[in-house]
Amino acid sequence: MILYQYITEALFFAFILLVFFGGLLAVRTRILMHAVLGLAVSLLGVAGLYFYLGSPFLAMMQILIYVGAVCIMIVFGIMVGYTPSQVQREGITGKNTFLAMLSSILVFLLLLVALSRTIWVPSASRIGDFTLPYLGESLLYQYCLAFELISVVLLAAIVGAIVLARGKKGEHF
Amino acid sequence: METAVLYELLRMLISVVLVVAFVFINALIMGYLERKISAHIQRRPGLMEVGPHGILQLVIDGLKLIGKQLIVPKDADRTLFRAAPLLSFAPVVLPLIVIPFSPKLQVRDFDVGLIFILAISSLNVLAILMAGWGSNNKYSLFGAMRSVAQNISYEIPMLLSLLAVILMTNTFSMQGIVQAQGKIWFFLVQPVAFLIYIVASFAETNRAPFDLPEAESELTAGYHTEYSGMGFSLFMLAEYANMFVVCSIATVLFLGGWHGIPLPFGAYSGAIWFFIKAYGLMVFMIWVRWTYPRTRFDQLMNFCWKYMIPFALVNLLVTAVLVKL
Repeated sequence: MILYQYITEALFFAFILLVFFGGLLAVRTRILMHAVLGLAVSLLGVAGLYFYLGSPFLAMMQILIYVGAVCIMIVFGIMVGYTPSQVQREGITGKNTFLAMLSSILVFLLLLVALSRTIWVPSASRIGDFTLPYLGESLLYQYCLAFELISVVLLAAIVGAIVLARGKKGEHF
Repeated sequence: METAVLYELLRMLISVVLVVAFVFINALIMGYLERKISAHIQRRPGLMEVGPHGILQLVIDGLKLIGKQLIVPKDADRTLFRAAPLLSFAPVVLPLIVIPFSPKLQVRDFDVGLIFILAISSLNVLAILMAGWGSNNKYSLFGAMRSVAQNISYEIPMLLSLLAVILMTNTFSMQGIVQAQGKIWFFLVQPVAFLIYIVASFAETNRAPFDLPEAESELTAGYHTEYSGMGFSLFMLAEYANMFVVCSIATVLFLGGWHGIPLPFGAYSGAIWFFIKAYGLMVFMIWVRWTYPRTRFDQLMNFCWKYMIPFALVNLLVTAVLVKL
């Protein structure tokens, strides 16, 4: 039993370290590409935490969506912008320090509010585990409106992307 | 309890070693098969020098690749350049954990096995991007961009075709999906999904006719142009292992996994059937590669977005209605 506990504790701290150092890399590095990869490492750590908390499905979705799609999209955007030698010469950093500060403080406050309002239930007294059927049901019954609203946001994003990509009238390819 | 945990740890260790060993052996077999089959398709003998019919050629090649110097280009991003091959290798080893080779031969049966495979293999694209950008080379960059564009696009019809099968089995567990095919294999029930999956898997593994990311004639070798020695061979190992993973998913979801006519090998016949099916599909992929020319990039994208995704969506819709009836 002791060995088992040691392993789970070690895993937990490994995931925490991944999240922490990934996040640190994301904000400290001067190279934009490294920052995104730091973010990817951090998100992988979060996926590990979901796994640790007994929800493998959420962990998989975290990897599939955040690491596999969002990070790749950001990297794709950066990739066409700069080459590694350019980055070494110029050292591209953020210019809007004030806006960055403002947005991070706002996000921090938002998280603080969410943290203080949540009622933490110990895992032993939780009713249902976050299994696949449970998640599916709560998405389609309890949180149906939020779910549909998110899909509208996605639709707007797709339509926006198409409008931007179409360019001016008369251009064809 | 203590011994159970120790036993489980030992089992995990052994299975990880076996899985990694399998990735290497798979690359040996596939490398040999690819060179030999391509040679015979082009009416030449192919490998003949090392061993009978050149069967030891790949071993010698492996030794040569290990012995080669690892060169990092001067203007490359050193960290990314070095990390990319490692990152491309890890995601193709992990899916082998959940693949059921036979009723018992499986490292771990996850509830979300199929999603696990799909999530992990999406990391491969990140490695390709890192390699392409980190090399600081035009060809690499173009290769990586093409690779990402086609991988992300073809992931959609692929997922939609897999979802149609999932609707019928009601489980993501790989073992469960195989067990659901005791009576009839799903490629007979879901021929459209099978076809879409096979076409999408060519694009996902960057194989011809969709091998634009590594098109030799225009991009030299795409994202791994600058790599030498083991850096290059890790990409190659990953590519072949990725082919195996994709073909195993097809085997598990459409071709009945380890089901088959009983062979005179007792408990091993399931695993033998599985390997026959998976390697049959892989030989098919090689066959296609040496038969059809490369497509153009706009043809590739148009085909995905204008034909495959609508067909996959309609197929999913029809399946959902029929399952509910």
